[in-house]
Amino acid sequence: MSEANRVEVLLPLLLSRLARTGASVRLEVAAPVTQRRVLEALEETFPALGGTTRDRATGQRRAYLRLFACGEDWSDRPLDDELPEAVANGREPYMIVGAMSGG
Amino acid sequence: MTAVRVLVGTRKGAFILTADASRRDWEIEGPYFAGWEVYHVSGSPADPDRLYASQVSDWFGQVIHRSDDGGKTWNTVSNDFNYLGEVGTHQWYDGSQKPWEFKRVWRLEPSLDDPHTVWAGVEDAALFRTTDGGETWEELPGLRHHDTGPNWMPGAGGMCLHTIMLDPGRPQHLTIAISAAGCFRSEDGGASWTPANAGLVSKMLPDPEAEVGHCVHKLAFHPDHPETLFMQKHWDVMRSDDAGATWRRISGNLPSDFGFPIAVHAHEPETVYVVPLKSDSERYPVDGKLRVYRSTSGGDDWEPLTRGLPQEHAYVSVLRDAMAVDQLDPCGVYLGTTGGQVYVSPDGGDHWQAIAEHLPTVLSVEVQTL
Repeated sequence: MSEANRVEVLLPLLLSRLARTGASVRLEVAAPVTQRRVLEALEETFPALGGTTRDRATGQRRAYLRLFACGEDWSDRPLDDELPEAVANGREPYMIVGAMSGG
Repeated sequence: MTAVRVLVGTRKGAFILTADASRRDWEIEGPYFAGWEVYHVSGSPADPDRLYASQVSDWFGQVIHRSDDGGKTWNTVSNDFNYLGEVGTHQWYDGSQKPWEFKRVWRLEPSLDDPHTVWAGVEDAALFRTTDGGETWEELPGLRHHDTGPNWMPGAGGMCLHTIMLDPGRPQHLTIAISAAGCFRSEDGGASWTPANAGLVSKMLPDPEAEVGHCVHKLAFHPDHPETLFMQKHWDVMRSDDAGATWRRISGNLPSDFGFPIAVHAHEPETVYVVPLKSDSERYPVDGKLRVYRSTSGGDDWEPLTRGLPQEHAYVSVLRDAMAVDQLDPCGVYLGTTGGQVYVSPDGGDHWQAIAEHLPTVLSVEVQTL
């Protein structure tokens, strides 16, 4: 049985409103903690967020979202890469950030 | 019927405007879904408290909300719009073939008699339906799989299915329109489809009278006369008296027949409204005067409606879904502009007043008569 981790995820404003939660949420994520598992735990905990971070048909990250961990841009890394231990154990947040664009 | 509820979708949220039957004094609530582009908000004819709303974001994709209390509270329902079967390809701007890709819901058309059933018109063009209040959506793939599908192409706003017309007397009869594929009819509840574009002429096409490829901007009809359809095409205002089998041009004396919305009076089936724009290159009102044109003879002969509308320095547009009518007597006509104004005429177009002046760009206007 895999060990569960408490991962902190920071959400952009529109997603936190959609989920009716705060900017920071804590999620139980089974080890090894990967981006895919965090995003799946996010959608399982907050079904309203289904399809909002990844395209439902392709599974691809939405183009105007960036994903950060420990100050590094993880947006283009494979979803199954293991996130840093500091994120897995909840000392550092996993950040979902909307690109600064639009009018 | 003692009140109206106007459902306004904008670039940055939705607004609900309410008034009693006099339509003089208005209350504005919102924004709902602040920050989201709200393409459409619609109410069920079978249960006016049942509303559906389509929100889209370039960042976060598609979301659908449902209200069961007339818009006081909202809950998300499914945003899972999966094309059924082979995805296939359509024509891209450069003539190449491109796979269908879901982008957004343009239109939510509730069933006339069941509040749980809603038809959804989406981009890339396809027709979906829910029968459980939005908890699940299923495509009716016969439309997208039509033999002409590879010849469909997006208009400048995307390849959107923007119009869904339900025949009240014949539930199996549907008429839809796609920009830029054209008009299609089904007589078997959406299982199979027939192009309905005979008589349309689009000079920008290699074959101006092609079976498909026409940039139909909007269709309208009076529910008591479902065989008579009115169309605002990219250029040309058109009319069909055989449910879309054939069309004829009714632009008549309009100062321009380029435009987006078209609407039919609630009680006068031959009274039609359009909002001409100067040209497809300029897309603002002719002479900087926002004028709705009304024909009381089913087309050809049009009169400008100007009282209460800005008649100088008006360079706003009215998008395809941003004009609607209520069911009161006299019939109210409503329009929303790209400049964020919402206007109402409580007397069929003779006099207009602004009921909101500084909203975000208005994408859609629907009216519920309560």
